[in-house]
Amino acid sequence: MSDQVAQVLPTSQPRLPRGVRLVHNEAQGGWVLLAPERVFKADAIAHEILKRCTGEATVEQIVDDLAKTFAGAPRDRIHDDVVKLIGGLADKKLLELL
Amino acid sequence: MTAAAALTAPLGLLAELTHRCPLGCPYCSNPLALDKRSDELDTEAWARVFREAAGLGVLQVHLSGGEPAARRDLEDIVKAARDAGLYSNLITSAVGITTERLQALADAGLDHVQISIQDSEQASADNIAGYNGAFARKNALAADVVRLGLPLTVNVVVHRANIARVEAMVDMALSLGAGRVEIAHVQYYGWALKNRTALMPTREQVEQAVADVERLRGKHHGRIVIDAVVPDYYARFPKPCVGGWGRRSLNVTPAGKVLPCHAAEVIPGLEFWNVREHSLGDIWRASPAFNAFRGTDWMQEPCKSCALKEKDFGGCRCQAFLLAGDARAADPVCHLSPHHALVAELAAVREDAPYAYRRS
Repeated sequence: MSDQVAQVLPTSQPRLPRGVRLVHNEAQGGWVLLAPERVFKADAIAHEILKRCTGEATVEQIVDDLAKTFAGAPRDRIHDDVVKLIGGLADKKLLELL
Repeated sequence: MTAAAALTAPLGLLAELTHRCPLGCPYCSNPLALDKRSDELDTEAWARVFREAAGLGVLQVHLSGGEPAARRDLEDIVKAARDAGLYSNLITSAVGITTERLQALADAGLDHVQISIQDSEQASADNIAGYNGAFARKNALAADVVRLGLPLTVNVVVHRANIARVEAMVDMALSLGAGRVEIAHVQYYGWALKNRTALMPTREQVEQAVADVERLRGKHHGRIVIDAVVPDYYARFPKPCVGGWGRRSLNVTPAGKVLPCHAAEVIPGLEFWNVREHSLGDIWRASPAFNAFRGTDWMQEPCKSCALKEKDFGGCRCQAFLLAGDARAADPVCHLSPHHALVAELAAVREDAPYAYRRS
């Protein structure tokens, strides 16, 4: 597949667009991201990132917050994971960047 | 293996709210014998079905038909889906949904709208739909959907009359503001099967269309999601129909019968249960139709010893019955099927006959 297109900047404010919802479903075993004709299972890390995508927090703030919550994980590594997940989901129209 | 051993939680529910439809598309996969209005489930029955579906693990409900907007209680049905915690997709022809009605549906909690288009050219589109003015109506509803900020999918069913314009139809979806476009080659069931010779493209046309989709995916990556449903009469491997029989989805007909897939009624001898008499959970677990082809125990050769049997589940049971005369046979689309040559023979029969429009 093609390379990531979305530009994820430290100042970008990611949020779930209308028509994309993060819900918990017991029978499906956890958190899922629901979108038009698609379902993505969100693992524990994805869920931690996605619940912070409120449209208010910037990418930088999300990374800082995760670094604080998960002390011990290197900030650079968290930053790379966050940018990769957000960029990938933005390309699939599952997140929008303000 | 017992049925219980293979039991999974379903993800999707196709809710055929009505078979009534103003359009007459010859590729419709509804059955030739359409349910009558007087037999349709009422609002409260659908609300109960949605609650039971959510309890089983269903995440998404596809509100379909026929044309779902032919039901006056569509707003209440959408609200019931939302109240049950389901993600709702409205699959519509666009006829019967005014700007005001769309607003009401959005207020009721609708998550996503899918509009079918028949072609990128108005005259051809209206001819395929068998409805003058359909093309204009679709353009108008698409604009309303985008204005309300709802996600829009454009669905295009591809066949001989429009297959040369895959790129133009993707461009149209982009200009309508769709985030997603489905390029779905006709699947030959119901009315589509009846119209097969009039719809069937040539192998060269199909190969060109598949190449077009690949190229357009690269070109539009990040701007629009292009999903494709493959043209299976020219394939060598069968599709994993509905993700496996009784594994991921269920289909409720307007009159309340629960089917493992929308075409399943063509298979003789299957016993379907109805939501008027059973809970959806009981039907999912125990109805004879759902257990008939669940898992892999029912398989014959060449499926039984095939390395792909857990991947494609032997293909489509309905197609196996329709083309090979045996619902337990390998889908003849598979190159390992002893009936595989028949599929190519059938695809070679093409005739520019008038469409048999789908009419109730």
